[in-house]
Amino acid sequence: MNLVLAKNETGRALSDSFAIARDRLPGTGTVAEARSAAFEAYERVGLPHRRIEDWKYTDLRALMRELLPLAPAPDAAALTRAAAAVKLQAVKGARRLVLVDGVFAPKLSELGGLEKGLTVRSLREVLEAGDAALQTQLFTPDDTNPMVALNSAMMTDGVVIEIGNGIVLKQPLQIIHVASGPAPAAMYTRSLLRLGKDAGATLVESYIAADGAKIYQAHDSLVLAIGDNSRLDHVRLVEDGREAFNISSAVVTLGAHAHFNTFGMTSGAAVSRYQATIVFAGEHSRVETNGVNLLNGRQHADTTLLMDHAVPHCASREVFRAVADDRGHSVFQGRIIVRPDAQKTDAKMMTRALLLSDDAEADNKPELEIFADDVTCGHGATTGALDESLLFYLRARGLSEKEAQALLIQAFVGEAIESIVNDHLRELAIAAAQRWLEARA
Amino acid sequence: MSLLEVKNLKVRVEDNEILHGLTLTVNPGEVHAIMGPNGSGKSTLSHVIAGKPGYEVTDGQILFRGEDLLEMEPDERAAKGVFLAFQYPVEIPGVTTWNFLHTALNAQRKARGESQLTSPEFLKKVRAVAKSLNIPQDMLKRGVNVGFSGGEKKRNEILQMALFEPAVCILDEMDSGLDIDALRIAADGVNALRSPERAMVVITHYQRLLNYIVPDFVHVMSKGRVVKSGGKDLALELEASGYTQFEDAA
Repeated sequence: MNLVLAKNETGRALSDSFAIARDRLPGTGTVAEARSAAFEAYERVGLPHRRIEDWKYTDLRALMRELLPLAPAPDAAALTRAAAAVKLQAVKGARRLVLVDGVFAPKLSELGGLEKGLTVRSLREVLEAGDAALQTQLFTPDDTNPMVALNSAMMTDGVVIEIGNGIVLKQPLQIIHVASGPAPAAMYTRSLLRLGKDAGATLVESYIAADGAKIYQAHDSLVLAIGDNSRLDHVRLVEDGREAFNISSAVVTLGAHAHFNTFGMTSGAAVSRYQATIVFAGEHSRVETNGVNLLNGRQHADTTLLMDHAVPHCASREVFRAVADDRGHSVFQGRIIVRPDAQKTDAKMMTRALLLSDDAEADNKPELEIFADDVTCGHGATTGALDESLLFYLRARGLSEKEAQALLIQAFVGEAIESIVNDHLRELAIAAAQRWLEARA
Repeated sequence: MSLLEVKNLKVRVEDNEILHGLTLTVNPGEVHAIMGPNGSGKSTLSHVIAGKPGYEVTDGQILFRGEDLLEMEPDERAAKGVFLAFQYPVEIPGVTTWNFLHTALNAQRKARGESQLTSPEFLKKVRAVAKSLNIPQDMLKRGVNVGFSGGEKKRNEILQMALFEPAVCILDEMDSGLDIDALRIAADGVNALRSPERAMVVITHYQRLLNYIVPDFVHVMSKGRVVKSGGKDLALELEASGYTQFEDAA
């Protein structure tokens, strides 16, 4: 009875906020219809909870309780606070594309001198005036997932990037999500990157908070379409404020002979969930996905990956490392589907968790669904504490307990970080890991 | 003042007393050999001096330059100049040898209030030390002891000894796992580090090592006590007669 009531309360509050927000949400006609359908899909479930298998370890009804009202568009003061935060996080040599409180901020972004074959528009612009095909592509994420549906209904802005055939971008693109201020609010963003054939690009996503930002909810989704014979390198760093929520999704589709190398690291946010679906749509393609969670206090971080081998002759590698201290809770759910036609699939998944305290928790859930008979698939998972004999060796050489732990933690996450190809980006990830280690010292 | 004084040391692990009142005095420049059969407590002594967790000291004390060593954390002991060369040096995948050495040396320097060495300063120092010990440079780029042979692991221990310049070195069964050539190379490295200021405590099961590292004093341990002390000839005597006489005596 209580649960039904709770759902109705949540539902009603949200219906109101959807109604209130509507005139701020871009797009009419089919876009508006798609939003309404997505909202209904969300309302049927509401915030997902532990009785839904996919959300067993991340019960948003318990962790998040309610959705906050839509963040107002940032004013001049908010943009100033955001600019200061961006300055600290910008990647050297990357083209910055900044979203402040879920709204694209051209003044903080670098839009001049776009390389030939590169176009960058805001989501608002595309939903209001884009072509139908692109608008349809923006609605490809699967609305049976309630948080994706919510994002489809409420997406306010984002970045839409198109890279033409044969274009290999030298300059990495960096989308920076900034929460600007102290008022509790929710942001809903969706971005898209479409990479043509024989093309190449590097995309960095950073989630940060300006000084003073406290409780906020970042609801984001990303659509990546990688053309035949193209390569995308992707780095995702979640360094949100310690009271923030980050609920993000990604849908990645690869053509033939394509290559996707992705690395994600979560060291910020109180509660975060990253759910990515990677679909092999063309043969002879390859994916490396690497992830690191660095958690302490009461942080909760969930990475849920679905690797969909729909066609033959593709390879995927998943390497995931979790470090949890205090009462930190790390969740990794990795599902690999090998469909009946996907012969000669080569899929491997390895997850390791390091628990630094008795109250820390790591849940690993590998799931292999293999319907083809000529494949190589494997997975492994380990959970443990730091090796006492290694700690003593380091301490006997003069390292303090914290220093010895830090060195071993760096080594533990190192394998995943080393997968980043670009030197600058790898250093960025190492620096983010260092910040976490220094904060606990 | 003596460099290292172990006085009436009693140590237990869980319910077993391993050392039953051990006394040992080491002065600067001296090389002491501690010999004894398996289970006599030799390695326990080295672990307790270095501060390994899991041992309970129930009586006695260990003084280092007059200071109570047992009150110090393992890293404080290292910074003060106590070095344990491990019987089985651990492998640390993902941490390069040179990063480990740099971090450790700077941690010790910091604890002593000395300046931090920058990467180029450190590199210069470690290269010179490696060269003097005939240690190939590429060993420094590899993960700490990862894929090293037994001989390479011991040479890495000696490299650290040379780099950290400790006042007292405890060599725990340095000969285990080494063939005769590797043993000679390791012993040459240790001998190069002998000096009037530095003391060494060489723990070994066999007399063989002492042909290469010639001690000033030899102590025989049995059942958690030093049962006989003497000069280097005592080792030869033991080689001929074995440990049995002392087990009876203990």
